[in-house]
Amino acid sequence: MLKIFKYSFFDLIRGKWSLIYFGFFFISSMSLLYISGDVAKVIISLMNIILLLNPLIATIFGVMYFYNSREFSELLLAQPIKRRDIFLGQYLGLSVSLSISFILGLLIPFAIFGIFSTNQVTNAVTLLFVGTILTLIFSAIAFYIALRNENKIKGFGTAIFLWLFFAVIYDGIFLLLLMTFNEYPLEKFALVSMIFNPIDLSRILILLNLDISALMGYTGAVFNQFFGNMLGISISIFVLLIWIVTPIFFFLRSLKKKDF
Amino acid sequence: MKYFFLFLFLIIFSAFSFSQLEVCNTCSIKSIKQAIKIADTGATILVKKGIYIEDSIIIKKPLTLKGIGKPVIDGKKKGYVIEVNSENVTIDGFVIKNVGVSYTKDYAAVHLYKSNNFKLLNNRLETVFFGFLIEKSDGGIVKNNIVSSNAQHEYNSGNGIHLWHCDSVEINGNECFGLRDGIYFEFVTNTLIHKNTSHNNLRYGLHFMFSNNNEYHHNHFQKNGAGVAVMFSKFLKMHHNIFENNWGNAAYGLLLKEIYDAELRNNEFRNNTTAIKAEGSTRVNYSNNNFVENGWAVKITGACYENKFTLNNFVNNSFNLSYNSKINDNSFNSNYWSDYSGYDLDRNGVGDIPFRPVKLFNYVVNQTPESIVLMRSLFIDIINFSEKVSPVFTPDEVKDNTPLMKKNPFQLKLN
Repeated sequence: MLKIFKYSFFDLIRGKWSLIYFGFFFISSMSLLYISGDVAKVIISLMNIILLLNPLIATIFGVMYFYNSREFSELLLAQPIKRRDIFLGQYLGLSVSLSISFILGLLIPFAIFGIFSTNQVTNAVTLLFVGTILTLIFSAIAFYIALRNENKIKGFGTAIFLWLFFAVIYDGIFLLLLMTFNEYPLEKFALVSMIFNPIDLSRILILLNLDISALMGYTGAVFNQFFGNMLGISISIFVLLIWIVTPIFFFLRSLKKKDF
Repeated sequence: MKYFFLFLFLIIFSAFSFSQLEVCNTCSIKSIKQAIKIADTGATILVKKGIYIEDSIIIKKPLTLKGIGKPVIDGKKKGYVIEVNSENVTIDGFVIKNVGVSYTKDYAAVHLYKSNNFKLLNNRLETVFFGFLIEKSDGGIVKNNIVSSNAQHEYNSGNGIHLWHCDSVEINGNECFGLRDGIYFEFVTNTLIHKNTSHNNLRYGLHFMFSNNNEYHHNHFQKNGAGVAVMFSKFLKMHHNIFENNWGNAAYGLLLKEIYDAELRNNEFRNNTTAIKAEGSTRVNYSNNNFVENGWAVKITGACYENKFTLNNFVNNSFNLSYNSKINDNSFNSNYWSDYSGYDLDRNGVGDIPFRPVKLFNYVVNQTPESIVLMRSLFIDIINFSEKVSPVFTPDEVKDNTPLMKKNPFQLKLN
């Protein structure tokens, strides 16, 4: 597995896409920091970019990589190597190379502008952490979708829809439910619903530091109490980890039955 | 000028009475009570350094009590420590501590009743129930005192500087903390409150009701349980104050309720859950204020008419403005909004398209508070955008037609 991981990792990290991905984050965070003197504002803008783009890029790349490396996978499958090792190696190669491009793209500008010596250091670290986790989650989901769909168009379609669902539609449905049942106490419901969407969960982890004043008001205090203490944060991180493990589990399960 | 004459009068008065008494642990007069008993009208009593365990010290004639080397008066939690019922009384340089707690009486470290022209200077009041309780007394000064306590519950704690039915008092350079309300006024008029600090109080840093024609400037209010509340008052002026770090679902940087003809300028509101909440406030001018990183910068609820917001800076607030009705009679002009995304083609420093400070999400959060968890999500950005293009739920006429492109370069400095 390690060998395959190494192979696909170096293959990807030398490719132009990871360079473009790195360049995008590098340039956008550089220019944001350069234009706006206000670090808090930059963090908010970067948060919007990361919550939108990281899952999207991870999804598209995951699907694309899986389909493109099909011939290579078939070649490997003919060898006496475990199926699990081949595909896990490829998954890790992809997600780790994407994460590294992302982390470096953010880390270097942060270091240049000396953010780690300001009071925004927790926000910056949370941002890096959340971006990486989202990459891991969505490339796992993408691999699973690509495995289940032989048809490339269908695979791409499903993957994009899934991204759209978590990024936009989920929140819409959630808001609709909240407005419909606003006669009832909904704090617990809102808390639980947020856990089922990794993008929302990541957003809240960052918001807790940024918009703490607003979150202290009204029912916001409930969320602050939950996500603000160590237990809440541990639960959130644990849930995010489950979000990585679950698609990988399903991926491996259907991998066993798959007839290549 | 008035105080100068008063001062001159006091000097002449005390010079003619020829009386100056000394109190210390080794002097012939060992207690303050005893000294007051034998002192002539207008006498000066010098209290030397030491600990005096006394309570219910009653002053019924004009006197000057001066502490030398911060003598301590320990009330042993029995009741009032000093009670004044006379004109021209000065209490200067004492440490007064351990005031009794009661559910029926307002025990205070210093209680003034019908005592005009008082001076309370340079005292430190510790573990008090009420600090200075001043009733029906006009023309006095409370200056450079530190009032503190360790209030745990609202029902068994008192206020730091409490004025009731007073006129023309000056409250200057005091610090109040750990109390129920830091500074509390009821029926107080023509009073100047400046350079005070009020922090970490259980309820309000400053709280006043039915108090007209007062001026508040260069004060600092922070980390109070419910911020600052001003109610049922007219003609008030508040400027150069700082309101910060008031957090909680009922905490307001400044709560305005039934305020008429007020002027709020050059204040700074920073990191509050709600910076200003206005309820039934009319003809209030807000200008040159800084609203920085608050949850809600301004919340306007019912019956607020003819308020004007001009030249304020709204910087990085989660919500700039919240409105609970569609009727609008307030104007917003020439403010700086950090969320403004318009352009300035003629380069006159004023944005060419109006800014709408009320977002749809604001309306949504008002309806269902739980939806606050969706803040800054992509979906919310999309619906905010569509609402911005064609307002349906948010009041159409609430807008700033001349938003500034750059921050109004006003910097707040205390002192």
